[in-house]
Amino acid sequence: MTRRVALTGIGTVAPGGIGTKEFWELIKAGRTATRRVSFFDPSPFRSQVAAECDFDPAANGLTPQQIRRMDRAAQFAVVSSREAVQDSGVELDEVDPTRVGVAIGSAVGCTMSLENEYTVVSDGGRRWLVDHTYGVPNLYSYLVPGSLATEVAWDAGAEGPTTVVSTGCTSGVDTVGYAAQLIREGSADIMIAGATDAPISPITLACFDAIKATTPRNNDPATASRPFDRSRNGFVLGEGSAVFVLEDLEHARRRGAEIYAEIAGFASRCNAYHMTGLRPDGREMSAAIDDALRQAGAAATDVDYVNAHGSGTKQNDRHETAAMKRSLGDHAYRTPVSSIKSMVGHSLGAIGSIEIAACALAIRDGVVPPTANLHEPDPECDLDYVPLEARERRVDAVLSVASGFGGFQSAMVLQRHDRGSR
Amino acid sequence: MTVTAADPAAPAADVRTGRAVITGLGVVAPNGVGVRDYWAATLAGTPGIGRLTRFDPSSYPVQLAGEVTGLEPAEHIPSRLMAQTDRTTQLSLIAAEQAFADAALDPAGLPEYETSVVTASASGGFEFGQRELENLWSKGSQYVSAYQSFAWFYAVNTGQISIRHGLRGPSGVLVSDQAGGLDVAAQARRYVRAGRRAVVTGGVDASLCPWGWAAQLTSGRLSTRPDPDRAYVPFDVEACGFVPGEGGAILLVEDAGTAAQRGAGAYAEITGYAATFDPRPGSPRQPTLRTAVERALADAGLTPGDIDVVFADGAGLPELDRIEVAAITDVFGRYGVPVTVPKTMTGRLYSGGAALDLATAALSLRDGVIPPTVNLRHLAPEYAIDVVRQARPGRIRNALVVSRGYGGFNSAVVLSTPPGSISEH
Repeated sequence: MTRRVALTGIGTVAPGGIGTKEFWELIKAGRTATRRVSFFDPSPFRSQVAAECDFDPAANGLTPQQIRRMDRAAQFAVVSSREAVQDSGVELDEVDPTRVGVAIGSAVGCTMSLENEYTVVSDGGRRWLVDHTYGVPNLYSYLVPGSLATEVAWDAGAEGPTTVVSTGCTSGVDTVGYAAQLIREGSADIMIAGATDAPISPITLACFDAIKATTPRNNDPATASRPFDRSRNGFVLGEGSAVFVLEDLEHARRRGAEIYAEIAGFASRCNAYHMTGLRPDGREMSAAIDDALRQAGAAATDVDYVNAHGSGTKQNDRHETAAMKRSLGDHAYRTPVSSIKSMVGHSLGAIGSIEIAACALAIRDGVVPPTANLHEPDPECDLDYVPLEARERRVDAVLSVASGFGGFQSAMVLQRHDRGSR
Repeated sequence: MTVTAADPAAPAADVRTGRAVITGLGVVAPNGVGVRDYWAATLAGTPGIGRLTRFDPSSYPVQLAGEVTGLEPAEHIPSRLMAQTDRTTQLSLIAAEQAFADAALDPAGLPEYETSVVTASASGGFEFGQRELENLWSKGSQYVSAYQSFAWFYAVNTGQISIRHGLRGPSGVLVSDQAGGLDVAAQARRYVRAGRRAVVTGGVDASLCPWGWAAQLTSGRLSTRPDPDRAYVPFDVEACGFVPGEGGAILLVEDAGTAAQRGAGAYAEITGYAATFDPRPGSPRQPTLRTAVERALADAGLTPGDIDVVFADGAGLPELDRIEVAAITDVFGRYGVPVTVPKTMTGRLYSGGAALDLATAALSLRDGVIPPTVNLRHLAPEYAIDVVRQARPGRIRNALVVSRGYGGFNSAVVLSTPPGSISEH
């Protein structure tokens, strides 16, 4: 019999509040956490807004050595994983540690620390032959971001299969899909899985400026992220993480765990088209959606809520609107679709997991989070995007999608766990 | 192991087996580019380690590297693509091209969404990144390349290979330092089990730029010995670290049934895999490499006596070599299996290294010969292992490939004689 995968714990570090509860309150209220970049002076950049986390690592339980050693993205991941483990109620001391694995997604790894270190060893960009004697002792762990998973595994005492999944902006969905597969095939009983990114650094702003992917709406940071709106003109960079405890369903049942949802389907496709461009017809994303629904044994009409990629770039929002129509048919028009990036920005690889957290909470609470800042829909984006205010409705099945540089298109289906089902 | 049901769109007369075989190899290694040259050099024990030429290494305590030479990427890759890619991507595109040619497979003829890519990466397009960081910090943000957003990140090789060959199935990227090269082979097998026909996998890494070099130095694992023959000598009494390098291998993995249907020969079948992670530093718990090896054998349905050769990780540091030797002797007994480390000829290529070991093991299975470990003069007396020091012919049915990554990643893959070959029937 095929093993099933239960989501039993959630941990979140998101802009506007640290912890899952704060995150959920923020997005249910439709409040935005986008603001003018405060980590450094953004005035040389075209886009000067971001969704930053007010994150104090010491107040969140990290030791001075952990803080010194870990990139900010690793700090987010460890704090989130602790919250997830606690939330799940699983006692990791009581299970075989080699049956507990870790999968952490990230698009850009330890960018912030790498750039900081670069400026020192290169003396502010003056030396091509950098002076390594100025590098911190753990620079290697920034070079290779496997360290993000290493830190979580060390902290949790996990000794099962451990890796970082790095598929750009679909990493957060792909990581959960990867971890679910390891449980399904029997390689692990428990996976601590999710994604993290802390990319708000000058090099990241510069590289998105160069292709005009981020919004130049600097005069009104709080409404800068406008998915599906006619006036949208790019995404708002964000940061954060969400990490989950995923378990073999029988394992979760035996210990009487509260189950948020089952990971019922996951699929990805590549567009093989362009590193940053999207074909307008959305066919590869649609193929991923179809496959994820098929695995879940769900019909298009079973979908109660679609958590959109909704980055707020001109091409993305049209692309995925087309994909949803292609896969869901008329039901696309009757299903609430929303983008929480309107509130917490686009944290690259992390956001896919943060969105899965929102999906699991939508199932638990019967609330669909809104798309903020959506006042005048683009005529080409003609679905029900839940503008401005959250909506109460029973949610049994959620579709979450992601799209990213490299051509990756991913889709995941979460379903309410029916206690009686076998 | 369970298998996800295949797409309903699959052809009616389906010959798919869900078994993953390696049908094509592409190699960009410091001691040889292309399968033929690399394999000839490797069997002959010809190393590719020398003083760094990519930049002046005089000011650094480590000056040796395994550089890929005799290959001009611009001769293989359109200029438009050259401008937007790092060397690591260029090398991986060249290796992918070789793998398709070696397998004589044209992916354009295959059904949509049945071809995939999953590659390992350690540091992405790092040299490209150094140039753009320099542009940003020395000149200003408007001087940063429009390609930086996708030339440096870890997903670049998978994305570019997908585009170049029109591969639209499920695809991925794993980062687990040097063990990643094995983890992606397991993921390729999962894709085949779920119904994909052809999966491009493996890894190519290259961060031989001053910024990458500075970062590598801080691992504390690089050898500072200047003699190319003595710098990287795993299991030797003089083991003192490793020499890093660039390159790796790209492998084409196919469903055994569809490969046989189109008349393609296979080097090997991926029959076993497992991964574990070591306890945190200072923990009283034991390293978990042995568990990874045992589980990989169990996954393949094999016992230790079925394994004819171990391609060892060969970290080259006494404390790490000791752990690996203990795992090997615990599972196979004292001198219980031939052990080899061909990467003594190339240096350690990060995630490309394990992928290259898979390619080497596949060639070993095909030709019935174990390639040598070079430069081993005095095996540390406490290591009861049979290290192969000259190419050793013999019957090879199953090969175990072991790889470890910085921080505690352990992965093991078993390659076996492919189905349909004489030895199986």
